[in-house]
Amino acid sequence: MNNLNLVKDVLSKEIAKEPIRKGFGRGLLNAGKINTNVVAACADLTESTQMSLFKAEFPERFVEVGVAEQNLVTVGAGLAAMGKIPFVSSYAAFSPGRNWEQIRTTVCLNDQPVKIVGSHAGVSVGPDGATHQMLEDIALMRVLPNMVVIAPCDSLEAERATLAIAQDQRPAYIRLAREATPIVTSQKTPFEIGKAYIYKEGTDLTIISTGTMTYQALAAAEKLKKDGINAEVVHVPTIKPLDEKTIIKSAKKTRKVITVEEGQVIGGLGGAIAELLSEKQPTKIIRMGMQDRFGESGKPEQLLEHFGLTAKHIVLQAHHITM
Amino acid sequence: MAHSIEELELKAVQIREDIITMLEHAGSGHSAGTLGLADVFTALYFDILKHDPKNPDWEERDLLLLSNGHCAPVRYAAMARAGYFNVSELKTLRQLGSRLQGHPERTKLPGMETTSGPLGCGLSQAAGMALAMRMNDIHHRWIYVVMGDGELDEGNIWEAAMLTAKYNLNNVIGIIDRNNIQIDGPTEAVMPLDDLKAKWVSFGWHVIEIDGNNIESVIDACAMARAVVDKPVMIIAHTIPGKGVDFMEYDFHWHGSPPNAEQAKKALQELRTLQGKIRSEHE
Repeated sequence: MNNLNLVKDVLSKEIAKEPIRKGFGRGLLNAGKINTNVVAACADLTESTQMSLFKAEFPERFVEVGVAEQNLVTVGAGLAAMGKIPFVSSYAAFSPGRNWEQIRTTVCLNDQPVKIVGSHAGVSVGPDGATHQMLEDIALMRVLPNMVVIAPCDSLEAERATLAIAQDQRPAYIRLAREATPIVTSQKTPFEIGKAYIYKEGTDLTIISTGTMTYQALAAAEKLKKDGINAEVVHVPTIKPLDEKTIIKSAKKTRKVITVEEGQVIGGLGGAIAELLSEKQPTKIIRMGMQDRFGESGKPEQLLEHFGLTAKHIVLQAHHITM
Repeated sequence: MAHSIEELELKAVQIREDIITMLEHAGSGHSAGTLGLADVFTALYFDILKHDPKNPDWEERDLLLLSNGHCAPVRYAAMARAGYFNVSELKTLRQLGSRLQGHPERTKLPGMETTSGPLGCGLSQAAGMALAMRMNDIHHRWIYVVMGDGELDEGNIWEAAMLTAKYNLNNVIGIIDRNNIQIDGPTEAVMPLDDLKAKWVSFGWHVIEIDGNNIESVIDACAMARAVVDKPVMIIAHTIPGKGVDFMEYDFHWHGSPPNAEQAKKALQELRTLQGKIRSEHE
């Protein structure tokens, strides 16, 4: 755990927080400085998706398409056809929510390196309600051939992930959250596309998490220590391609798995892990996340509590699966 | 001009023959729009486009996007006749392992700028290409986008229409195949498009209307389009669906159907005698 340079005390009330999308904004700006072919397009949400930093620095490399997500991604495909590395952003509910077929045909089948940035994913979007709380994006993107799917756990990882996909020739989807999320990684924590990381070693069960839920998983593992349960936490920032080796090895060791995500378990991380393990390493599994239902309005922390997506809920499930 | 209009007209007949042979052999595919576009594609590949069939990725080339991907056979035939690949390969259309997919795929066939089929996506990709060219300070490369008229039902087209005009991407030249039919019937019955010219004008485009089965008109219209610098240009090319084969012309039932062996024989006979005007050398 130490060599990953993670935060020392995950349960500290003083833990720093920042919206994950902020890290994307910095990452894109840096990617733009490193490579002049990096360009950006947005569908009328430049500030919200934090593309504003890039737009201010490189206005001639920024395209405003208006509220038109189908156009957003197809203009991106055109930019990519001419050798650009386009990042196209909106709320995840609209992109990839509304423009899935355009992504399928003009990005994935057409094999153009468009980077789809979906902000405001998960129930923690809060008061805007179910329409704006994207829960199906991982499933929608994961099913597409050629697509890389990434859900960073905090703003610092989002920054590194953005730089990594800017240097990668494949189409990619990156999932961002709206609310301030505790920062569990550091500038020195490794990130590589396609790698899962053991953020805490353990022997009694494996908690596999992605995105905002990795903080909750780490907090749950700390709490479980006091109960005499030694949980392993595997953070999966890249849901596709999945790091099968790391996941199978951990499941083989602990023989009990809990998956946690802020999205639908059907087709999501839970779906991906269940598919992998049932085929290659049958393991007892509990899948935490949204259980085939939509979200609703409320404060972000209220909603996470309401839908059972906090460290406390993971602890309960850990007791259940280790009983 | 490398070819006279008469030579181009004979090329268009040859391409129509290729289309009939390909579709009959494939046993599926779209006859009407494909035949109707033969003159436009002849004009593009044998006169209008700056391109090199032996070097499809040539960096100075003009770009041609086929947004209504179901008309791929006309492009395949024109490309083969222009020298991109051997004419004998046309018979592999729609077969397992072929580079000539039922709907065109960029990654399979050099010279195909985009993968298309699902409608409404060509114009916005052209806009993206034009934006990239502007960022790279590249001028005098033209991006031609061929669209169907039924395709204009798609909202994505109008999103792209607004964006292309907003950024005045004047190296984008659209060509609408206005043949007034789509799968379910006449366009004006399925979803009325008229006043089509007024629609594009109100979206900020310069519009040229032509007879799309007149090769000289197509060439002239594209030359005019390249001269317009203050707006993107849309050419509304009025064509006859099924053009050249009497029993297919104007009949929307041929939108998505191929000829059978007997129909193909009849169609080829008609094309080779220029609708009975000459004796065919094939007889």
